[in-house]
Amino acid sequence: MDPTALQAIAANNDWVTIFPELLLGCVALVLLALEIVLPVKYHSYLPGVALFGVLAIIPSQIISLRPGFLLEGDTFNGLLHQSHDSQVMRVFFLVTAVLVCLLGTVSLAKQRMPHTEFYHIVLVVTAALMLLAQSNHFVMLFVALETVTIGFYILVSYFRTSPLSLEAGLKYLILGALSSSILLFGIVLLYGAAGNLMRPGHTGSPMNFDELAGFLAANPHNFLAGVGIVLVLSGVAFKIGAFPFQIWVPDVYQGAPTPVTAFLAVGSKAAGFVILLTLVRTFSAYAWLTLPILTLMAAATLLFGNLAALTQHNVKRLIGLSGVSHAGFLLLGVIAAATVPMAFGAVYFYLFAYLIASFAVFGVMAHVAGPNDADQEISHYAGLARERPFLALVLAIGLGSLAGIPPLAGFMGKLFVFIGVFESGHYGLLAVAVVSMVISIYYYFSWIRAAFFETWTPPANAEAVSPRPALTPVTVPLFVMLGLLAACTILLGFYQGPLGDWLAAR
Amino acid sequence: MSNLTLDPLLLAIAAPLALALAIALGLPKRWSVRLAYAGFGLPALLALYVWWSYGAQVQAHGYAFLSSYSTGLDGLGIHLALGLNGISLPLFVLAGLVGLAAGLYAIQSGAERLKLYLMLLLVMQGGLMGVFASVDVFFFYFFHELALIPTFIMVGIWGGRDRSYAAMKLTIYLTLGAMLSLVGLIALYVKSGANSFDLIALREVIAARPLAETVQHNIFGLLMFGFGILVSLWPFHTWAPLGYGAAPSSAAMLHAGVLKKFGLYGLIQIALPLLPAGVAHWAQVLALLAAVGNVLVVGLITMAQRDLKQVIGYSSVMHMGYAFLGVACFSVLGAGGVVLLMVAHGLSVALLFLLATSIHHRTHTFDLTQMGGLAQRTPVLAAFFVAGTFASIGLPGFANFWGELTIFVALWKFSHVLTVVAVSGVIISAVYGLRAAVRVFFGPPTGAFAIVAAAHPPSDLSWNEKFPALILLAALLFIGFWPQSLSAPLNATLTAVYTAAN
Repeated sequence: MDPTALQAIAANNDWVTIFPELLLGCVALVLLALEIVLPVKYHSYLPGVALFGVLAIIPSQIISLRPGFLLEGDTFNGLLHQSHDSQVMRVFFLVTAVLVCLLGTVSLAKQRMPHTEFYHIVLVVTAALMLLAQSNHFVMLFVALETVTIGFYILVSYFRTSPLSLEAGLKYLILGALSSSILLFGIVLLYGAAGNLMRPGHTGSPMNFDELAGFLAANPHNFLAGVGIVLVLSGVAFKIGAFPFQIWVPDVYQGAPTPVTAFLAVGSKAAGFVILLTLVRTFSAYAWLTLPILTLMAAATLLFGNLAALTQHNVKRLIGLSGVSHAGFLLLGVIAAATVPMAFGAVYFYLFAYLIASFAVFGVMAHVAGPNDADQEISHYAGLARERPFLALVLAIGLGSLAGIPPLAGFMGKLFVFIGVFESGHYGLLAVAVVSMVISIYYYFSWIRAAFFETWTPPANAEAVSPRPALTPVTVPLFVMLGLLAACTILLGFYQGPLGDWLAAR
Repeated sequence: MSNLTLDPLLLAIAAPLALALAIALGLPKRWSVRLAYAGFGLPALLALYVWWSYGAQVQAHGYAFLSSYSTGLDGLGIHLALGLNGISLPLFVLAGLVGLAAGLYAIQSGAERLKLYLMLLLVMQGGLMGVFASVDVFFFYFFHELALIPTFIMVGIWGGRDRSYAAMKLTIYLTLGAMLSLVGLIALYVKSGANSFDLIALREVIAARPLAETVQHNIFGLLMFGFGILVSLWPFHTWAPLGYGAAPSSAAMLHAGVLKKFGLYGLIQIALPLLPAGVAHWAQVLALLAAVGNVLVVGLITMAQRDLKQVIGYSSVMHMGYAFLGVACFSVLGAGGVVLLMVAHGLSVALLFLLATSIHHRTHTFDLTQMGGLAQRTPVLAAFFVAGTFASIGLPGFANFWGELTIFVALWKFSHVLTVVAVSGVIISAVYGLRAAVRVFFGPPTGAFAIVAAAHPPSDLSWNEKFPALILLAALLFIGFWPQSLSAPLNATLTAVYTAAN
């Protein structure tokens, strides 16, 4: 290759732009090194090191959102693309990492396990998620996605003494590998189609999203590209748990340790939607193909998630299936975003509201769970309001927001999505969404009811119900975290402030 | 708003909410109870103040006390706009008065976990003041939901028989109604092209560019059934008697008395002026459902009830039928009658729920066949209850009379047959109302109550119970003898808004 071309490519390697990811990687390595160097009695400080590392990066990211500091444009020869939205999503994943680490301190304390590797993997996965949010090239996308997925294979089966955790890990491994191969096959087909010299608009770099979009616009009815697009969307649908690729969700969510379930539910799903938003934009010339598929998928996801959640007794399965229904609501936003620019903001706001509310709920779950992390029944929440009013209040606020009850943040997310869907004219989808929202009230409400409303259980029945494990005391950092999450959920419900401007500025 | 004068509407909303927050953050119980008086009293005083000074206020776009605050969503056309016109003023006053009565009754009730109870009631009170003070349609909906959530919790925790089931049923029905009306409001927002939820802006845009007929039909259908479920339109009314039967008294007073009026208020303030073609399309259906379903069928069901709280719950569903009939007339007279009836019914049903609980404290049952002869021991309670029943039936001298009379006059122009059906409903309500009063208070004590009454002679109403009842009864009589205090501003606004729409 011409050396000047290589030089031009190298000049484009703007390492400063991925400074946060590099720093996360360094902190992850430092954790491993410290575990070897430090005496065992100091190992309890290691989660603090991980937390401090992530917390130190967040301010720099938030500063980079200010107008004068914002990095925009392609870097690394088009592998990455930084924009305001991708910067915001990087903050999202960093916040997710902080919350997962905090939950880890609660859940891991109940297990006899090596702890440090957990934080190490969480940090690495977070770095990969952040790269995923900026990827502008199928190679980057696939490499980052595989880093995330492989990290999750380990995290899901982290409680290796628990058979359910191992089972979940195996299921996630097999189905994850299958979905990765489907995704890869789709990418290859698109590569083959767009690189075909016989086609008009063919390109030398068909993996690049901008180039690919140009090719697709020139060939709006290419069969091979159409198949590739469907396969790529299927691969992504697996990550977000959309119907019909949702079948792994309940088992894996139940078996995985609670912090990992939270990470899967929020981090992995958000990454899937960031990709999906990028891809829908890239595939806009094939809207005749993608929109009907996504529409059917959204309707089926909403109905399946809510109907299946109705019968659950295990809260981890319940929250997993409710997560499936949230994926349906987010898909509505993605569909609307194809024609209504305002819906992009709606999806991002929904994701933030979902992040805050989910971690409030998972935070309470981590405290109610006993040593057997997979065994978390709704009946274990009986009398929570009497014993721990604080936890019960946080749980109610989190669940209320997930259910979309005003004046909580989740309602505003749903409202924005609904406005977007209405403006884009998908009235049928809106009707499905309204029906499923009413259905969802039932199971969220039963959970709240278990925690708040005293019910008398006949003594004969009491033996059949598995006894509730002792509640974990709330430490100061967790108290602050849960309090902040609950306060933010309420505050975002009626005062959006600068976030509102960001939403509307499209 | 740059001037330093305090906005009375904002203060009436914020004061109860701020107190609720203070209680949630751990105010000691003694202080919670003391400050709760202020939390309920202040909105009531401010409501009376705005009522008193409404005529003297400067009006902009037909609204007095107009003000606007940004919450960060100006880009989407959402901002907290507050103001009162002739339609919302009577309901704002109603919310203040019933809120005060319900609050006082709750404080003296000494319920279990009193702090939480008062906190939820204060949240509800703040939401209620907000519903009727909002000019922005989004916040109108938002405050309704804010007031609705505490109802579910209060039914679930302090409710009576079947509370768990009742709370669940209430939640699902009311969420469905709220979601349908939300979709209708979003449709209005998108289809009008106003890019604003502000009612004044919506009115101006739609006046300049009316919506297409089919669009109006669809949106009015959504709003009619959405709001209809919230107001217990037959056949979606089954949550109401069950929910009120199970709800603790103050929650039932606030919900049946004030919050339920949200749907009717939405129809009169938003749907009728903005969607005239939609009303014309649906009026027959609405009138038929209301006259046959709410008035006749539910009226007959009410006559068959044996439980005092069920009688009041069903009667409240029945009276909503009259209100729907007034809406269906789509005239200044009909809508004015509905607003008067809403205020009157709100006051009287709150009074009856309050007295029902006081009766329960003395008889330990709601079963009408297990009572009797209470009038000899508790003459004051009996007098209040009989007065409340007369008001509910619509006897002249009480506010309800004016509401029902106006609606019947307006209805005569709409349909003679339905007017006959509606007027026959008055006889039905007289039958069940008087029969309930007779069974509770007159005749010899029956069944188990005779033994209980002999062992523990029931005492008459204490001042703590009398005072909230007195507020409600005084308001009923005041409006009954001087309806013009409400109807003058009401007439001005309705004439302005409805003639513009036609």
